[in-house]
Amino acid sequence: MIADVLNGILLMLWRVVSDQPAPLAALLPALPEALRPVVSAVLCVSPIIGVFATLFALTTLMERKGLGRIQNRLGPNRVGPFGILQPAADGLKMLTKEDIIPRSADKLVHFLAPVALAVPTLLAYAVLPYGRNLVPLDLDAGLLFFFAVGASTELAIFMAGWSSHNKYSLLGAMRAIAQMISYEIPLILSAVTVVMIAGSLSPAHIVARQDGFIWGWVPHWYVLTPWGFVGFLIFTTASLAESNRSPFDLPEAESELIAGHLTEYSGFKYALFFLAEYLGMFAISGLGVTLFLGGWQAPLPGLDWVPSYLWFFSKLILMVFIFIWIRGTVPRLRVDQLLNLAWKFLLPLALINLFTAAIWHFTAVWQFPGALLLRWLLSAVMIGGAYVVLGRALSPRKKVSLRTYRYAT
Amino acid sequence: MQIPFAIIAALTIVAGIAAMSLRKLVHCALCLALVFAGLAAMYLQLGAQFVGFAQILVYIGAVAILVVFAILLTNSSSSLLPTVRSRSWVFGLVVAVLVFATLVKVILASSTVAGRSLPENPLPTVKDLGTQMMTYYILPLEVMGLLLTAATIGAVIIAMQEKKPVEPLKPGSAGAPPTHP
Repeated sequence: MIADVLNGILLMLWRVVSDQPAPLAALLPALPEALRPVVSAVLCVSPIIGVFATLFALTTLMERKGLGRIQNRLGPNRVGPFGILQPAADGLKMLTKEDIIPRSADKLVHFLAPVALAVPTLLAYAVLPYGRNLVPLDLDAGLLFFFAVGASTELAIFMAGWSSHNKYSLLGAMRAIAQMISYEIPLILSAVTVVMIAGSLSPAHIVARQDGFIWGWVPHWYVLTPWGFVGFLIFTTASLAESNRSPFDLPEAESELIAGHLTEYSGFKYALFFLAEYLGMFAISGLGVTLFLGGWQAPLPGLDWVPSYLWFFSKLILMVFIFIWIRGTVPRLRVDQLLNLAWKFLLPLALINLFTAAIWHFTAVWQFPGALLLRWLLSAVMIGGAYVVLGRALSPRKKVSLRTYRYAT
Repeated sequence: MQIPFAIIAALTIVAGIAAMSLRKLVHCALCLALVFAGLAAMYLQLGAQFVGFAQILVYIGAVAILVVFAILLTNSSSSLLPTVRSRSWVFGLVVAVLVFATLVKVILASSTVAGRSLPENPLPTVKDLGTQMMTYYILPLEVMGLLLTAATIGAVIIAMQEKKPVEPLKPGSAGAPPTHP
């Protein structure tokens, strides 16, 4: 019995590492009937929490180092060699800080808000395909599940902002909710184009549809089609706003709102908010990788021997690095600019992109020479025209003239 | 009775009672969100994935937020509601029990429950739902879409600022800004 279980565990580890199907096939029959669902659930959940919590620690370090490099300074360099133990020091600091609850706060809601934020964020990881055989929960409506749990985090942010009984908290929460609701629409619309082309809401199936290569070396990823490229850009912009990252970090704009809905949180509860923010960013980047960047598929033929989960995580870390890069280089927007961008620019562009995807799909039957070039040109004219017209229409029509100063020269 | 169903039902009912009886409006709204979550769990437990997820997306992600915004904008979030005690509560109770009994009787008498005639495919995929929506139910879908579009346009028109021609102020009159030398 014990030998069987040990054998099953070893076989499971080997199969996961070497990218083989059915890692649990040998372990589960060795266990008593009643334990099987529990063990299988725990074995699915614990690696997700472990891997992404580690990735969170590494990302905070990468972010601080990267921002330091962009801003011409060193970044953390005191804890451990080159500062690589900084996340451990940060974590200890968070755990040992005093947990302060304002006297006029609504104590129960104040306590529940970080939990209500962290749980849906973790749930979103259930449907992402991490590797060829690593899908924790292959739901038929997986994409809908992802957006559903993502939408339920808004209420948690409201809970945090309202229960703190602080004007900055409430303002920050209102801003965050307005922003998240506005950017959810371009986010979902850009994902809908992929659903339309792939013909499925299941992330695993969407990745499977991006299999293979054009002309033997260009991967069949959706980002390498005109509608997919634009959809990916819209998706990335909207996901930056959804995860409250710079340049859309208005909800916690420290110069005007202190820290938004996080103002009255300290210690472990603040750490939970921080963790949920980064986990949300990883989840939505993972979805972007799944939808547009081919998920766990290798970028070039002949690289299939590399385990598929390594490709997924390389792409994920690349996305996160781009997020950090954007944070270091782009200044923060104003609220009206932020909402105008979502409703007047991204939403029409996403709708036109949907039409372009449909045309791309229906012109796939063209066989004459130069058909691919013509399809690309057609799509480029549709999207580029919309981009130029929308951009022109939205730019402020102020006359630019030489500024005159009354009291200075 | 199955244990998961019992847990979900108890949670939904307790949250519903709390949503009616708590004295802070925001607490009531949060409990209402919990009721929505309980209903979504019920749908999921019945195998209706799409309906369950759509319930979470629409009701918790949008309707609950709308309710909360309405409470905050009408500025009644911090005040405690006075306890309402109607004098005719006995009459209300009798009416409620009668309505409930009628509903139970009708549901039990319906052919679906009595005959236990389940559909052939009890777990329709999203694809089946979409096909039905785009073929058999296309007219209701289009009508709903038109209705929602009309509602959106109406909301925008109500919220839009009317542009009145503003008369230019004459220098020296009461409202004019002081002119600098």
